[in-house]
Amino acid sequence: MKAILQGCLMAALLALSVPAVATLNVFATVPEWGALAEELGGDKVSVYVATNALQDPHHIEAKPSIIARARSADLVVATGAELEIGWLPLVTQRSGNPKIQAGKPGYFEAAAYVTMLEKPSRLDRADGDVHPGGNPHIQTDPRNVLRVAAPLTARLVELDPANAAYYQERGKAFSERFGTAIGNWEKLAAPLKGVPIVVQHKAFTYLIAWLGMNEVAALEPKPGVEPTTAWLSEVLALLSRQQAKMVIRAAYQSDRASQWIAERAKINAVALPFTVGGTPEAKDLYGLYDDTITRLLKGAK
Amino acid sequence: MPSPLLVRSALALALVMAADVHAATDADLAEIRAQIRQLKQSYEARIEALELRLQAAEAKSAAAPVAAAPIAAQPVAAAAAPAPEPVVAANAPAAPAGGISAFNPAISAVLQGTYSNLSKDPGKYALAGFAPSGDIVPAPRSFSISESELALSASVDDKFYGNLIFSLTPENTVSVEEAYGVYTAAPWGIAPKFGHFLSSIGYLNDQHQHAWDFYDAPLVYQAFLGGQYQNNGLQAKWVAPTDLFVELGAEIGSGESYPGNSRNKNGTGNGNAYVHVGGDVDASSSWRAGLSYLQTAAKNREYSQLDTTGNDAQLAFTGKSKVAIADFVWKWSPNGNAQERNFKLQGEYFWRRESGDLTYDADGALGLNQTGGYRSDQRGFYMQGVWQFMPAWRVGVRYDWLNPGSVDYGSNGAYLAGSSFNPQRTAVMFDWTPSEFSRFRVQFQQAKLRPDFTDNEIFVQYILTLGAHGAHNF
Repeated sequence: MKAILQGCLMAALLALSVPAVATLNVFATVPEWGALAEELGGDKVSVYVATNALQDPHHIEAKPSIIARARSADLVVATGAELEIGWLPLVTQRSGNPKIQAGKPGYFEAAAYVTMLEKPSRLDRADGDVHPGGNPHIQTDPRNVLRVAAPLTARLVELDPANAAYYQERGKAFSERFGTAIGNWEKLAAPLKGVPIVVQHKAFTYLIAWLGMNEVAALEPKPGVEPTTAWLSEVLALLSRQQAKMVIRAAYQSDRASQWIAERAKINAVALPFTVGGTPEAKDLYGLYDDTITRLLKGAK
Repeated sequence: MPSPLLVRSALALALVMAADVHAATDADLAEIRAQIRQLKQSYEARIEALELRLQAAEAKSAAAPVAAAPIAAQPVAAAAAPAPEPVVAANAPAAPAGGISAFNPAISAVLQGTYSNLSKDPGKYALAGFAPSGDIVPAPRSFSISESELALSASVDDKFYGNLIFSLTPENTVSVEEAYGVYTAAPWGIAPKFGHFLSSIGYLNDQHQHAWDFYDAPLVYQAFLGGQYQNNGLQAKWVAPTDLFVELGAEIGSGESYPGNSRNKNGTGNGNAYVHVGGDVDASSSWRAGLSYLQTAAKNREYSQLDTTGNDAQLAFTGKSKVAIADFVWKWSPNGNAQERNFKLQGEYFWRRESGDLTYDADGALGLNQTGGYRSDQRGFYMQGVWQFMPAWRVGVRYDWLNPGSVDYGSNGAYLAGSSFNPQRTAVMFDWTPSEFSRFRVQFQQAKLRPDFTDNEIFVQYILTLGAHGAHNF
């Protein structure tokens, strides 16, 4: 036993003494920040994304694989606003990596640079899975991604000053290109203004605010609480008075409740990618919003 | 550190009155109100925020200008990228609430209670062929609160983190579950832990009871570790900087937890070491496996056992105790999304070897007090599977098996005999988890602990968690 331990430690020390690799290891909690880090960091960063678009970001476990990747990360890019409260603190703590602890330059929270919506006026778990910092699903509005891009670029520069010019150049290019894309998406999405919709989980608050859609109801009686038949019946009754065009859900959510409502209220059920990788078309940040708007336009017909 | 009100009012002034940050006049305020009213129809959420800021501005307008410029400048500069349309506020990270409670630690409480129905007298609980470890009685009959916990944790300063968890037992006593500090500023990813904590040997050992998938601990934990192994001492863990999860850990301590005991001795009383490895097979499957070793010693560890003539003899063991554990856990969920359906398979195999001296009739009640050699080699395992078949609902099965193995009583062999009976237990549980913070469980189990002792048990249990958000452990 002792010999094995010694052997392991020796091997580890040898591994540590090898000169550090040139790229910055970025650990993104969710795919959108992984995609953004790739846009901004290019080949100077190596990006690991801890979750995929088909996973509910609220309910992730501190898996061994995630802890292992956090161990060698130089920068953690998280959403914040308690989206990852159930697992990220445990991951950073168990990884033992001093660089990525909260408060260190290697820990970045996107929500700090965005205007948060739905900040609860009272905090009580009787209201469901409420987040004290506001609704954490900020990436559904691309303008938030743009807002996060500048401080994230600054952070990359801070951690890897040798490549400062490279990051700044890419940051500028991204902002210009993405800014233009946002303008195009807004033109494309003009018909969606005022369209009444139903959401499954309150995951699209920012998207709805951005495109000026009208959220009529949510299928979850309270955030994070599974829809019950009684509640769905109430929603159905509401929809008979106030027509909605479609019910939207994130790719990671079960389609049961959406389908139930869609069939009975005779509205479209639309699955949105929610983040990069949520649909085959949402390959990157551009594809994410292209596809989101395409699907919404289709659903609104 | 400026007060939050100051920050808010500073922001408000900076944003609403952009260039001119002198004390607000009544006319200015009236104009802002008018603007707000206009916007209200379409931007209710944003307006609320603005109104708050406005109130703050009214209250503190005189004090604001000093702090306004630098504080407001920072986030605005950070969001300097060309925004497609002006935003109401590029807000700074929210300032936390101040005051005397501002640095209060995170607090959480776990409330647990049980209704139990046992066919046999829990006072007669014992495992054939195993030295009783103390805490193996599942629960008192009927209603009881099982261990309820109160936990406090926070960063101490820039170098330390502290955690205190105490539990309230059904007997109305308070005991320390964990009370430890962590040195967070250590290099090489080592975060030394010191104090009283659950050892990280095995898989289940460092998980709190309320996080278990069954009401009670597996038999191997009860037989070999007396429930859970508490380490009172030091721990160092290190995670290798590799894509495969490799964690090495070592602990030393006072050795006062079963199978050791308090020996009135300087130095260390136990040493533990373990290796955990883990990873993902694909997006759906993850695993972890481990090997652990614990060495400790006991001095006059007393227990009573029926001897070959049927007397209840008091025995005392003095010697070394070595425990080895092999554990694994495998979890599956479609694409790693455990919300709808998931499956967890877990098992642990225990070996324990004890060698030393055994005093027969330690209290002299039988007038036969004598000490002889003692050597035991025992093992056991449990295996369990838990299936979440729809959101919030799970069903699980567990099988426990113990092998009393070989016990050499040396010169006490005339009075004491080993057992060849394998204690076994089979459990089935259902639980309902309406949210992350509440769980209700019913568990049926049959425990064949001795040839003449088969207990049929029913437990109904609730677990309620209040306060700070718990961690999603793998």
